[in-house]
Amino acid sequence: MRKVVKKQVLLQGNEACVEGALMAGCRFYAGYPITPATEIMEIMAEKMPETGGVFIQMEDEIASLGAVIGASLAGMKSMTATSGPGFSLMQEHIGFAGMAEVPCVIVDVMRAGPSTGLPTQLSQGDVMQARWGTHGDHPIIVLAPSSVYEFFELTVQAFNLSERYRTPVILLVDEVVAHMREGVILPAKNSLEIEERPHPTVPPEWYIPYADPGTGVPPMPAFGDGYRYHVTGLYHDVRGYPTVRTDEVEPLIHRLFTKISKDFDRLQWFDAFETEDARVTVIAYGCVARAAHRAVRQAREKGLKVGLIKLKILWPFMRRTISGILANSQKVLVPELNVGQISREVKRVNESRCEVVTLNKVDGTPIKPAEILQKLGEIYS
Amino acid sequence: MNKVEIYRGWCKKCDICIAFCPQKVLEADEESYPTVVSPEKCTGCLLCEMRCPDFAIVVNKDEESRKETGPAAGK
Amino acid sequence: MRQTEHLVHKYLRSSKRFPHIWCAGCGIGIFMQALIRVIDQNEYSKDDIVLISGIGCSGRLPVYVDFNTLHTTHGRALTFATGIKLANPRLKVITVMGDGDAVAIGGNHFIHAARRNVEIASFVLNNSVYGMTGGQSSPTTPYGVITASAPYGNLEPDFDICRLAEAAGAVFVARATVYHTQLLDRLIDKALKKKGAAVVEVVSQCTTYAGHFLKLKSPVDMMKWQKNNSVTVEKAKQQSEAELEGKIVIGVLVDRERPSYHEQYQSLLAEKSKI
Ligand SMILES: Cc1ncc(C[n+]2csc(CCOP(=O)(O)OP(=O)(O)O)c2C)c(N)n1
Ligand code: SF4
Ligand code: SF4
Ligand code: SF4
Ligand SMILES: [Mg+2]
Repeated sequence: MRKVVKKQVLLQGNEACVEGALMAGCRFYAGYPITPATEIMEIMAEKMPETGGVFIQMEDEIASLGAVIGASLAGMKSMTATSGPGFSLMQEHIGFAGMAEVPCVIVDVMRAGPSTGLPTQLSQGDVMQARWGTHGDHPIIVLAPSSVYEFFELTVQAFNLSERYRTPVILLVDEVVAHMREGVILPAKNSLEIEERPHPTVPPEWYIPYADPGTGVPPMPAFGDGYRYHVTGLYHDVRGYPTVRTDEVEPLIHRLFTKISKDFDRLQWFDAFETEDARVTVIAYGCVARAAHRAVRQAREKGLKVGLIKLKILWPFMRRTISGILANSQKVLVPELNVGQISREVKRVNESRCEVVTLNKVDGTPIKPAEILQKLGEIYS
Repeated sequence: MNKVEIYRGWCKKCDICIAFCPQKVLEADEESYPTVVSPEKCTGCLLCEMRCPDFAIVVNKDEESRKETGPAAGK
Repeated sequence: MRQTEHLVHKYLRSSKRFPHIWCAGCGIGIFMQALIRVIDQNEYSKDDIVLISGIGCSGRLPVYVDFNTLHTTHGRALTFATGIKLANPRLKVITVMGDGDAVAIGGNHFIHAARRNVEIASFVLNNSVYGMTGGQSSPTTPYGVITASAPYGNLEPDFDICRLAEAAGAVFVARATVYHTQLLDRLIDKALKKKGAAVVEVVSQCTTYAGHFLKLKSPVDMMKWQKNNSVTVEKAKQQSEAELEGKIVIGVLVDRERPSYHEQYQSLLAEKSKI
């Protein structure tokens, strides 16, 4: 028997994202160049034709996400990647994908804003834009990787979640995670669980496109499959036709939320490090979680009982997980590369159980382990 | 004879069919709905049907007009 | 007695309520009937047609017909259409847009869809006004007229949708009015068969909002105006710029060949799969 030895490969974060997308079955990419996400587009331009997929450079980010949604309606797993300014332009279509329940994956490699901001510099400033960027009440799923391998892994998961819930999924990525190179061992494709959107199991005459089958996620045929139906961004009834009836509008928006919220238990994705007996717990994500990990190790060496929760899902906010931490710690420290976006959420769910301390940096440079360590020393009591 | 039918339920009384019938087959009745006044003059040209924004008028051509070639002769 | 069946009944969604939402005499319904008629004549399968609109009164068209239908965002119909066509080239992709939709907010996509030459048949229902939002000026509103957003008169010149499409690279460009239904049928037919970006400007009447600034009182007056102001492409060739001022030139304006984007992409795929 031949022994298969998996080789370690050196990949850039953005390359790992493309590997993940391809393994997840992505066959359509539309985008517009923007630092620091451009590599994803350039690699896709090369890889898509090789895998029988479609790559297209569109005229702007609005068009890119429009094309992605169109391709997804035609049955292809689809994605785009951008950064802050482009992400702002995409917001209307993120809302459309949510309302019309079209699976798609959007990568936002963050740069410091507002406006053109610091195009090549590090920031975590889009946490709230990812949550509330498009207008109106809506649920959203946002994942945040902190390493090259995690960028790969969460890209696969982004597609899975997007297909499972028929919803746009956003990967919110730090510039350093996108650009750093790390040795990774990619899993074999058949070892990964790849999910597909639910397909109708009834003949076209019986198909009611937006009726809740009990899971909250209606089956979705591709345009051309013989299930002719209507797709709109307007509030619609179960047939997909526009409605203003109060008894149809409210159930729709509630279903959009509950199809995801019913699974909150399944959507607690985090890594816990030394949290059991921690008096101070650091809550961090992205590259900051890496610095925090080192700081916590160093603090432990000094005898401080501190721990770390690294968030992999930012939205829906992991209230259950965080509440547990808040109940068991005396203090939490939330270091972020913004003026305090996730820390607001932490404070919101805290209900005065413990002291929430923030550590914010917005100069385009990373938070260093030493800075977190120092802060831990200051607040530890 | 060609038969022109009007679906009152869909008609919005825009008068387009009346105004552009080349043979003046149609007129408005007292409720302003189009009505056929000179059925014998209808050539089955289908212009009223084609120009109705509400699909509320339909021309059923007789054997004679069916044979003729015209924009919608195949109907 | 059973009433005679109208051809459109074969294509309307029986689960939708009729009459449709458009105002009495609005030209959108006339175009819709023509589109259905031509699709029927060509015996296209309903399953293969994707009808896509943006936002506006014209945006409400797809929901009534039994195809794969998609009501997108304001101005962006062509972006969705591009994704659909590339993802499944077998599908016949058609867009319906308003004038504001296609060339104001969607102007950039309009240009690039034409340049890229993806096989999409586009119909711009030009009523010279923003109908859905209540009669504001659009890029095709005539200079000087009073609209809801130009109470002192429109200070902007209108622009020519067909010339824009031509300059951007569309391989088929044509214009008709909803008065000229027979010509409209022929142009729709050609656009649907064209292997590439096809644009048909359909001059239509917004009876509710454009009538007053054009000083035309009724749908009938507006269609008479279309009739009296139109000049065929052939006749227009013999006329001077001055004579053509304010006229609607109808017919096929451009019909040329150029490889379409998705054909080229398919060749690229074929080449790559050989390696
Ligand atoms: C992004 C955005 N901006 C503005 C609107 C409001 N809006 C809806 S329809 C419309 C104009 C429609 O005019 P046109 O495209 O000419 O279509 P018509 O109604 O005349 O058919 C506008 C401005 C919108 N829906 N979305
Ligand atoms: S054109 Fe149609 S809607 Fe208008 S009056 Fe005639 S039948 Fe009625
Ligand atoms: S078919 Fe022609 S002649 Fe007959 S009523 Fe209609 S428009 Fe008039
Ligand atoms: S507002 Fe104008 S364009 Fe809209 S339906 Fe009425 S007549 Fe037609
Ligand atoms: Mg308009």
